[in-house]
Amino acid sequence: MSGKLKIHVDQDKCQGHARCKSLAPELFDLDEYGNAHEVGDGTVPAGFEDKAWLAQTNCPEFAIEVTEE
Amino acid sequence: MSDSTSIMPEHPPVNDWVNDFDHTDPRWTENPFPIWEELRAASPVVHTARFLGCYMPTTYQAVKEIAYDTEHFSSRRVIVRDVRPEITAKAPPITSDPPEHKPAKQLLLPPFTPDAMKKLEPRVRAICNELIDEFIADGHCDAAARYTKHIPVRAIAHMLGIPEKDGDLFIKWIHEILELGIKDDAILMRAVQEMTGYFAAHLEARRKNPTDDLITTLMNAKGPDGQPIGDVHVLGSLRLLLIAGIDTTWSAIGSSLWHLAKTPADRERLVREPELIPTAIEEFLRAYSPVTMAREVMKETTISGCPVKPNNMVLLSFPAANRDPAMFPDADKVMIDRKENRHAAFGLGIHRCVGSNLARMEMQAAIEEWLKRIPEFRLDPAGKVSWSEGTVRGPRALPVLFGKAG
Repeated sequence: MSGKLKIHVDQDKCQGHARCKSLAPELFDLDEYGNAHEVGDGTVPAGFEDKAWLAQTNCPEFAIEVTEE
Repeated sequence: MSDSTSIMPEHPPVNDWVNDFDHTDPRWTENPFPIWEELRAASPVVHTARFLGCYMPTTYQAVKEIAYDTEHFSSRRVIVRDVRPEITAKAPPITSDPPEHKPAKQLLLPPFTPDAMKKLEPRVRAICNELIDEFIADGHCDAAARYTKHIPVRAIAHMLGIPEKDGDLFIKWIHEILELGIKDDAILMRAVQEMTGYFAAHLEARRKNPTDDLITTLMNAKGPDGQPIGDVHVLGSLRLLLIAGIDTTWSAIGSSLWHLAKTPADRERLVREPELIPTAIEEFLRAYSPVTMAREVMKETTISGCPVKPNNMVLLSFPAANRDPAMFPDADKVMIDRKENRHAAFGLGIHRCVGSNLARMEMQAAIEEWLKRIPEFRLDPAGKVSWSEGTVRGPRALPVLFGKAG
């Protein structure tokens, strides 16, 4: 449970529903077309783990990967 | 007078939903959910000989397979109708397939990002309050006719830079195209012509006096070849924005208010916990998804193991997908705090609704402003809720009483 989480948005799958940005604005950013990518290298700061999973489980395109390091 | 020669025969009543479904049947309009359950129990893909042949995927998985498969399924026709006339009026990107789709869609995406919607939000909240001002003192209203209908019309007019007061005209065209047009080709063609003429005049005016609005943005847009996209493309996209941006969100806001009017526990909870409203909106979008799309089968294939043949249309029911219990636990229960919700109300794949951020912002503004000023309301027992027919579903009459019952 103590492992750090890392998130990644698959650019081929993202269609810009923007659910992740709405649920976890600290972890995701949108480009000029509204498509999402992870902030920085995708490392989830401590305390934001729930938001990372919430974003992952609300992406209609299954475009968000969450991995435990 | 309508041209009676173009009116198709009335549809006979359905006796066998699984082999002869009809999404314009009054029972489907009134309450489609048990019908979808019956179809889903029978097969992941069902077929009807109506509409010159049409499939319907009934599961989330089958809907997803079709939405992602642009090789076998074309978007050139996006409404299932009795007739399939020559395609004369395109509305890119919704009617586009790859490779034309991507550049057409990319033109429209920047004006509809969440950040762009934040700029529009104060005007939308003001529109909501202007509407509420008109009826709050009466103690009752038809929320569909007086409130939910006008919010998206005025918002999209504001974005496009056309007069908000032309809204009634837009609503008339949309009714003719999306409802009457399913069965009457002449009405549909006339509405498309009127709408095209209306926008052509706005293009002409902007050539003389450019303005700062979405119409001008589109007129200045360049295609992949670096050349302006041209009036035909601009007019097609404007038709799309008007048609797709109005009765869809009208329906989504209306269904949400309908649910809250008949579910006091949910209404009271959202008044108490307004921070839950965005989550509740996602659940309303899932449970009462307004938009069913269409595809046309171009090449033979199989979907969820079922053979699918060319020359048939596909009724691509995102609303039915969103009620599939294999994807959503307790799919038939509306749970306003549902945490995991990958609903497909705005479509899946490349045709994700370009206006989804606008729709969500309008829904949030409309429900928040309503609950602030009318926290207590209920269905009027003396009135009747009526629902739209066809591929966009939502309340078209929603009589409600304000204040506590008793």
